[in-house]
Amino acid sequence: MAEITVVLPPGVGLHARPAALFVGAAAKSSCDVTIGRPGEPGVNAKSILGVMGLGAKAGEEMVVTAEGEGSDELLAGLKEILETPEGGHA
Amino acid sequence: MPDLTTLTGVGVSPGVGAGPVVRVVDSVPEPKQGPGTGSAEEEYAAAAKALEDVAADLEDRGQRAGGEAQEVLSAQAMMARDPDLAVGIKQRTDAGSNAARAAYDAFGATREVLLTLGEYFAARVTDLDDIRNRTVALLLDVPAPGIPELTEPSILVAMDLAPADTALIDKSMVLAFATQEGGPTSHTSILARNLGIPAVVGCPGVRELAPGTYVMVDGSSGKVVIDPAPEMVAELAGRDEKRRAALAAVGNAPGMTSDGHSVPLLANIGGAADVEAALANGAEGVGLFRSELLFLDRQDAPSEDEQYGLYRAVLEGFAGKKVVVRTLDAGADKPLPFLPFGEEPNPAMGVRGLRICMQAPDIMHTQLHALARAAKGLDTELWVMAPMIADVYEALWFREACKKAGLKAKIGTMVEIPAAALRSRHLGQVAEFFSIGSNDLTQYTFAADRQIGSVARLQDAWQPALLDLVAATVAGGQVNSIPTGVCGEAAADPALGCVLVGLGVTTLSMSSGSLPGVRAALAAHTLDECRAAAAAAQDAVDAASAKEAARAALPKLAELGL
Repeated sequence: MAEITVVLPPGVGLHARPAALFVGAAAKSSCDVTIGRPGEPGVNAKSILGVMGLGAKAGEEMVVTAEGEGSDELLAGLKEILETPEGGHA
Repeated sequence: MPDLTTLTGVGVSPGVGAGPVVRVVDSVPEPKQGPGTGSAEEEYAAAAKALEDVAADLEDRGQRAGGEAQEVLSAQAMMARDPDLAVGIKQRTDAGSNAARAAYDAFGATREVLLTLGEYFAARVTDLDDIRNRTVALLLDVPAPGIPELTEPSILVAMDLAPADTALIDKSMVLAFATQEGGPTSHTSILARNLGIPAVVGCPGVRELAPGTYVMVDGSSGKVVIDPAPEMVAELAGRDEKRRAALAAVGNAPGMTSDGHSVPLLANIGGAADVEAALANGAEGVGLFRSELLFLDRQDAPSEDEQYGLYRAVLEGFAGKKVVVRTLDAGADKPLPFLPFGEEPNPAMGVRGLRICMQAPDIMHTQLHALARAAKGLDTELWVMAPMIADVYEALWFREACKKAGLKAKIGTMVEIPAAALRSRHLGQVAEFFSIGSNDLTQYTFAADRQIGSVARLQDAWQPALLDLVAATVAGGQVNSIPTGVCGEAAADPALGCVLVGLGVTTLSMSSGSLPGVRAALAAHTLDECRAAAAAAQDAVDAASAKEAARAALPKLAELGL
């Protein structure tokens, strides 16, 4: 299982718009993907309601895991989405 | 015997519309507990299909709307297709629940989680509820919530309209609005005036009108007439025609009484997007720039650069004209996640308006500094005022804050609290202008919440007590040789606009759509007629007779169909 840690950039945190981008990218993959806080069980990263339900705020550390074919590429892409401040997704 | 053919509410957007009633569906019944007619698998399949249909419909509507609405609607579609939600429904249908109830409960569980996360996510709860209602409506085979597809020009009847209902509204298919609840400052009213659609709000009984009933809505008198005689429709339509002709005749001339007393007519705006409509309606400047719209619905305060960009765009739009900016106005009823002041038992009386900024001076400093930068190099005349000032101490605090930020502007005080109106003589020594926020001043004078329909009778700017407070404010301003404007919806009523001018108010600011009517009313009367109307209204015992007396003293209003 591949795993990365990301610090959310300044902005509004993982609310509807960034969450939708993140979940949209995760859902395209065949991997099992989770996101959560370090040391806590993650939620299904393909569930927008689960991801929004984390209530993750700017500056928080989040752990993303992926299992399956192409998990490393997927995680690299998800990291980029999470680290782009809002307004940067033109 | 009660008159069963006429319902009476508050006319908030003038004009006449007659046509069939279409009801906006505002609720979906709660599904019954227990098993459904099919097997567990069939019930789950039905729920899954309903969710997919809802998602596809949301995406389709998003594509038609485009822009920001599309983003919101496709995020909603993603919620409808959520895999965790599907699991929650499956667990419930497997346990023997019917499809509609399983969906209802699974949404409910998610809803609770989002509600605990605070203000921003609470707004997503509204989106989630909308999806739940659409899904349950499909499964129960009842009408979906919201505005039904309009196939002919119709009268829209609702409990009240939410902004979400109206995003896709087709202006050419709506003859008029009539709502059971709401007041002159509710979303429906402001929307109707902006679109120029006749509207009556706060009208008991309209919800019971059967779909297809032929009614006439008169947005001037506040009457909804059931099955009106053709002659009556013709007469009122004729009056409406006269009104439109009167508005066209006066064009976009500067605000002025018929004997040449100048009353600049200004627009209330929320941002650069409103500039075009304001200028098209002949606004001579901005009397109320609601800067707080930039702060609401977000997790952190906007940066100085972000604020600078927004202010600059507005100030550029009104080059050579006056722009009055109201500094951040939020509070417990419009909470900001980055300024947590906790739950207040009585939000309207809590930490709001300037009081927020006094507790978080950095927020104010950033805003004032952004404004100072935005005004540099432009010939726009910048005026700045703080909301909810109660006494001289607060006015002085605000003046100091403006100086510290290096702001070169006229620094004024909003008069929204009766204490400020009563002591305007002293406030005027500190302020360079007054601006009366009539909506809040009415709320605080009558201890009547703006959002509660059952006290709407008191929430009426024609109340003579409110007129007395306007007169007191003007007097305090005149002693100190400073101007007093009005920037609430009171200024948007052509008759009341004349009365305010008669009381000595120097500028009127309103939503752009209301400017032409007020301009025409002023142009038809002399300053002395306005003064006589003001005196007559102040002498009346209640709001209704004040309005009647003032209108009698302004004879041309009826002639012009205003």
